Amino acid sequence: MESIKSQQVTFKVFRFNEETDYLPYYNTYVLDVTHEEVVLDILNRIKWDHDGSLSYRRSCRHGICGVCSIKVNGKGILACKSRLFDLVEVFGNEIIIEPLSTKRAIKDLIIDKKDFWDKHAQVKPYLVSDIEEHPAQEHLVSPHDAEKLLEADYCIQCGACHYSCPALAINEEFIGPAAFAAAYRFSADVRDDAALQRLHVVNEETQGVWDCVKCMECAEVCPKDVNPIEKITKLHNMVFEAGIAKNNVATRHAVGFAHSINKHGLLDEGELVRYSEGNIGVMKHIPEAIAMFAKGKIVMPWNMPKSKNLDEVKKLIKSSSTVKF
Amino acid sequence: MEKLKYALYTGCTARESTPELLKSTLAVADKLGIELILLDEASCCGASHLQDYDDFLSLVLNARNICYAEKLGLTMVTICNTCQLNTAMTKHRLDTNPELKAKVNAKLAEVGLEYKGTSEVTHFLYALIQDYGLEKLAAKVQVPLSQFNIAPFYGCHNIRPSELQNLSNGGENPYMPTSLDDLIIACGGVNVNYEEKNKCCGFHAELQSPRTAAILTGNAIAGAMDANADWMVTPCPLCHLKLDVQNHGASKALGRDVHLPVLHMPQMVGLALGCTPAELGLNHHVTKVDFV
Repeated sequence: MESIKSQQVTFKVFRFNEETDYLPYYNTYVLDVTHEEVVLDILNRIKWDHDGSLSYRRSCRHGICGVCSIKVNGKGILACKSRLFDLVEVFGNEIIIEPLSTKRAIKDLIIDKKDFWDKHAQVKPYLVSDIEEHPAQEHLVSPHDAEKLLEADYCIQCGACHYSCPALAINEEFIGPAAFAAAYRFSADVRDDAALQRLHVVNEETQGVWDCVKCMECAEVCPKDVNPIEKITKLHNMVFEAGIAKNNVATRHAVGFAHSINKHGLLDEGELVRYSEGNIGVMKHIPEAIAMFAKGKIVMPWNMPKSKNLDEVKKLIKSSSTVKF
Repeated sequence: MEKLKYALYTGCTARESTPELLKSTLAVADKLGIELILLDEASCCGASHLQDYDDFLSLVLNARNICYAEKLGLTMVTICNTCQLNTAMTKHRLDTNPELKAKVNAKLAEVGLEYKGTSEVTHFLYALIQDYGLEKLAAKVQVPLSQFNIAPFYGCHNIRPSELQNLSNGGENPYMPTSLDDLIIACGGVNVNYEEKNKCCGFHAELQSPRTAAILTGNAIAGAMDANADWMVTPCPLCHLKLDVQNHGASKALGRDVHLPVLHMPQMVGLALGCTPAELGLNHHVTKVDFV
């Protein structure tokens, strides 16, 4: 039998009681940790051996219920699935345990996830279909059609991506990666009839997919490998394919790349801003354009560099384009 | 050691709004005896936006770029994080999906090209660290940057998603990246730790969501300032554009004046190797580089 290895780890645990505390604080515990313990084991030991008032959510202990998600040294994790030794290897032996969102803390590691569920509700996270109440046979989905869901169906709604998304932290209207993944999951389902309704929701400015900053935090943090940003890209594609893309700065920003590459191979940065913003909108960029020009950062249209063998690029754009705007 | 030789994919920014990046990259390569062949045939990577419009077209164009590195039989080196992400993502998708690769190759055949998957794709930062070696680099330092507190700003698209990036970045952990810190130390500088060093600068949402982008930029600069940094360094020209050019908007969004000189990664290395400010294009910065 493998001998049990252990090491001493310092835990700083976020404490806050909405009903009694004005400010949060951290309690420090120094514990010997064995190689087989996960974060949830430590939370249990602190609660059972040191302070019975420590509050956190736990249920299945098998990484499937999604309630024990918290942050360790800023990284979103499932407490029941993350081994201490792995975390210590990355972060050293001072482990900081916090709720997924400190500003939404109710008691210690328990947060109010209302915003998360509200965002889900916005995208109708369920099949919308006219099915007879007593169907004569099963509604089968072929393996080929099931593959279209990609990994979106694996989401356990733990909220790790939602509370790691920097766009959402600033813009509270933003629907966020978890709900976008859900929007994709049901819209890609062959049995569903509400894809267009959902696409209209995710196509809205400020709340929709266009405000994604593409930081890849959601893909990184997801404990179930849902890869939400891949689904966000799919939703972008579906908006264009459905022909409902509005003519605005966000859509022109994406389409402008194809125009520019077709003309120069490279991106004409100045022209992309002008095309995306329009002739009036572009005015607000004039102060920074002047500052950049003064430092030799703006290439004049007549000096715009072009890719060698540009004819190849043009030919490929002609033959490989799959959508129109 | 055999002379290092790479195919350099400059990306668009280094040819337009950050000429100092290309200049300093070539200067550093020259100092270290690294040979860089410019891929002048390459087109734009789509900067993570073209694929939102037309994913297949984005794949075909990125695959074409890699074909030219393959023709030279060289590893492709990028100097922009977003070029790195888009190119590496394309490579990964084609290398793991024969059906998709065949579809893309059917298009490339029209222009007499074939994507084979024989060239690796890596960012210049990681080529310097893994192929050239930090110890060897440190031994070449002529002007140690020891009087400077330098804040590393990693940029998302070199470190996330780690599953993809770890194929070329030596297993960097996105929650605790070390490469740029190690490089600062190798150059004799003092690396500054701050919370935003591995966070997003907001560049990709700048046009459609200016407030979000400005706050993210502001947070990054403020984090570095509060950690007592003298200047910042980044391997990504898109982060550089946000941090160097857009700090007025960021200051306004934050309600606090934020500005710090920001160097491109090769500019920092070049300074330590004894390159002149002119060789590194330090005159191209909007936020004045006032310490050289």
